[in-house]
Amino acid sequence: MTAQEIVDSLKARFGDAVLEAKVDAFPDPWVKIAPASLREVCLFLRDDGGMLFDVLMCLSGMDYRGGKLGVVYHIDSTSKRHRIVLKTEVSEADPRVSSVESVWKTANWHEREAFDMYGVIFDGHPDLRRILMPDDWQGFPLRKDYQVPEFYNGMKVPY
Amino acid sequence: MEETMTQPTKVAGFGRTLKSEEMVISMGPQHPSTHGVLRLELVVDGEIVVDVIPHIGYLHRCFEKHCEHMTNYQQVIPYADRMDYVAAMSNEFGYVVACEKLLKIKVPERVEYIRVIMAEFSRIVSHLIAIGTYGMDIGAFTPFLYCMRDRERVLDIFEQTCGARLLYNYMWIGGLSHDVPGNFSGKVKDFCRYFRPKIRELNDLLSYNKIFIKRTANVGVLPADVALNYAVSGPVLRGSGVAWDLRKNDPYSVYDRFDFEIPVGKGLKGTVGDCWDRYMVRIHEMEQSVNIIEQAVDKLPAGDVASAIPKRIRPDAGDVYVRTETPKGELGYYIVSDGTATPFRVKVKSPCFVNLSALPAMCRGAMIADIVAVLGSIDIVLGEVDR
Amino acid sequence: MKEFLLDLLHNEPLVYTLMAIVPLVWVVPFALFAVWWERKISAHMQDRLGPMRTGGYHGWAQTIADILKLIQKEDIIPSAADKKLFILAPYLVFAGSYAAYAAIPFSAAYVGSGINIGLFYIISISSLVVVGLLMAGWASNNKWSLFGALRSAAQIVSYEIPVALAILAVVMVTGSFDLQEINRQQSGWFWNWFLFQKFPFLFVGSLIYFVASLAEVNRTPFDIPEAESELVAGYHTEYGGMRFALLFLSEYANMFAVSAIATTLFLGGWNSPFGDWLAGPFWGVFWFLTKGMAFIFVQMWLRWTLPRLRVDQLMYVGWKVLIPFAFVVVIGVGFWVMALR
Repeated sequence: MTAQEIVDSLKARFGDAVLEAKVDAFPDPWVKIAPASLREVCLFLRDDGGMLFDVLMCLSGMDYRGGKLGVVYHIDSTSKRHRIVLKTEVSEADPRVSSVESVWKTANWHEREAFDMYGVIFDGHPDLRRILMPDDWQGFPLRKDYQVPEFYNGMKVPY
Repeated sequence: MEETMTQPTKVAGFGRTLKSEEMVISMGPQHPSTHGVLRLELVVDGEIVVDVIPHIGYLHRCFEKHCEHMTNYQQVIPYADRMDYVAAMSNEFGYVVACEKLLKIKVPERVEYIRVIMAEFSRIVSHLIAIGTYGMDIGAFTPFLYCMRDRERVLDIFEQTCGARLLYNYMWIGGLSHDVPGNFSGKVKDFCRYFRPKIRELNDLLSYNKIFIKRTANVGVLPADVALNYAVSGPVLRGSGVAWDLRKNDPYSVYDRFDFEIPVGKGLKGTVGDCWDRYMVRIHEMEQSVNIIEQAVDKLPAGDVASAIPKRIRPDAGDVYVRTETPKGELGYYIVSDGTATPFRVKVKSPCFVNLSALPAMCRGAMIADIVAVLGSIDIVLGEVDR
Repeated sequence: MKEFLLDLLHNEPLVYTLMAIVPLVWVVPFALFAVWWERKISAHMQDRLGPMRTGGYHGWAQTIADILKLIQKEDIIPSAADKKLFILAPYLVFAGSYAAYAAIPFSAAYVGSGINIGLFYIISISSLVVVGLLMAGWASNNKWSLFGALRSAAQIVSYEIPVALAILAVVMVTGSFDLQEINRQQSGWFWNWFLFQKFPFLFVGSLIYFVASLAEVNRTPFDIPEAESELVAGYHTEYGGMRFALLFLSEYANMFAVSAIATTLFLGGWNSPFGDWLAGPFWGVFWFLTKGMAFIFVQMWLRWTLPRLRVDQLMYVGWKVLIPFAFVVVIGVGFWVMALR
């Protein structure tokens, strides 16, 4: 299926959960989905006979500056050989995105990393805790306005 | 937002109510078999492992944050090297292909062929380490040294080309830093002639050894559908019987011009998707890499390797996701540009990170010795897991 | 030798002490040599050189340098370790390995203690090693050491049975537990060795003994208790300095004790393979040591070639493969001996 067909199919089924789409974006066309309805959309994308997106290639947290965080999903179908990019945006004040861990198990660790680095909270994730940073680290390192703390447990951080 | 950090719901060893015969033991950050600083928390009932909880992050070196503070896209390349330090050429390859797609640069043919040769060499080098250390984990100490000896030959070729043995900074956006040395094709062909019998020797010594098969067959089985759901890639996925290799299924660079096969696990000694299958996929991949190298070095076109390297790199705003087949699996670079010379976001999807997340699924009901076997068959490099 | 010394010195306690020191004079330098030898053998099998510099020619003084280093190290005992057991364990392991030498004849003229239940004594006293290992693992207060010690105890205790059965087959043929007697019955040319007698039963018995003895001394493929890749260093993880040196040396002492028993039982002990040519009390020592070292070489060769068995597979090999075959050997030899009577 081409990107336009995928977007049309999503719009037909989910209506206003599909916020925006840029099919002619170079090099990867993308679709913006509302954060709360991500799980349903992804379940449809995985299970529908015409879509069959069975692999979540990459899940990246993003900081778009100006108090906006986001998550970008790259999904791929091994059988149909098509791929699409899903994007969501949330505000720093309420960074809740529904988790797709129940759709693709690989999202478990990817979402933990997005939480660790950006502070995006994934609703429905069974075990959302930090993965790369120590468990008691304060702050979200990959945010654009992140300040490195002076001390961590008595050790000086910047050296 | 720090205050609203969610409380962990299913917590690792601490806080877990243990049954009286269970013990929590830490295959701690320092351990001869965890291939780096990885902490595996094992909940064991005697010798049977009830649960495995990996803890990573001990080697986190903030690659992605560094990228956002570079003055130049080319400056990222030495950092990219250091992620999977065992097969550094593959990391560079992925990054420069992604950047060239973003910048819409077409590199000369000679550059493409040399990049493929170097990437296949790094595949051989990485698999030699994987096989050698895997043998060592199982208890056979000698194949490791044979693999190191053969690896030295490849590292000599790397050193003659770009001056470095382990971390190269060789593939630049738009070209290469150095052209290949004189008599390159002679040296490469010598190596290929030398190496093929060594693979047979490895097979005799390790692969078909009865004790080795007993330790690895039917251990750590990963079914194909679980593998795809966990998005594992590389030899781990192919060992489970899924014939998916980016060099054939989603070709990049000039891989579509070469004739090679994709080895897939068939469950010859046990079940499809066990440790022996993953190991044998690596052995066969080394043979196929030698084939590719021989074909590439025969067809190597003339040209200038530095002609397409841009003076100033300032891509248009946009984002690109490019994935390449490294020895560990599918390495993906998601590069977001905001129109300036500094990358806005470089997200690395590292294959070892994803493969390691499938470890608990492979270890159901295993014994402690099997955990070591399964971990070795996934072939992780912590530099890539933690970035 | 005892009568010779008694005539010379007329002092019984002194003579007995001297007789007891002789194996020690062999065991300790042998252990140092064996460590160097293992490093050289493993190096050449792995396409490298091994120690080359210490002492000049091929690093022969390497182990001496290592022992000197270990002696002068700080004695560290983990604070939560069980101090008494932690200190006692290496001594028990060494004592168990070394005490077996008392009944092993090095030549027709020398045996530490010529008791008529020599073999029985050897099997029993070398079981002391298990107690020492368990103590070492437990007292270290380290979960990994505990794993190593428990696995080791299970392994050694299980493999004592095939060892005992293989020894029983030989005892049935000779009719005596006395090792000097067993040696005397193998005199003559090499086809008198028990390896070739009652063919194929004693041959199979010798193979069973050899494999089971690998498990007794924790050598690969049965080196799970000290499996470096899994348990860091197993039961001797927490030991450093001279205590570790003692455990390490006693492993090699145990290896030679087991090889010595194998030579005595199956390869003719101190007998020359050519009958009367090159035989005699001093030649006996030479032949005995050479055959023992040949066994040790094979043990080292196997260590650097084969991978390691998992613990349940090891138990399977011990109980379901070696013991049934050992029973067949015992029954076969039993019928053969009875038929000859």
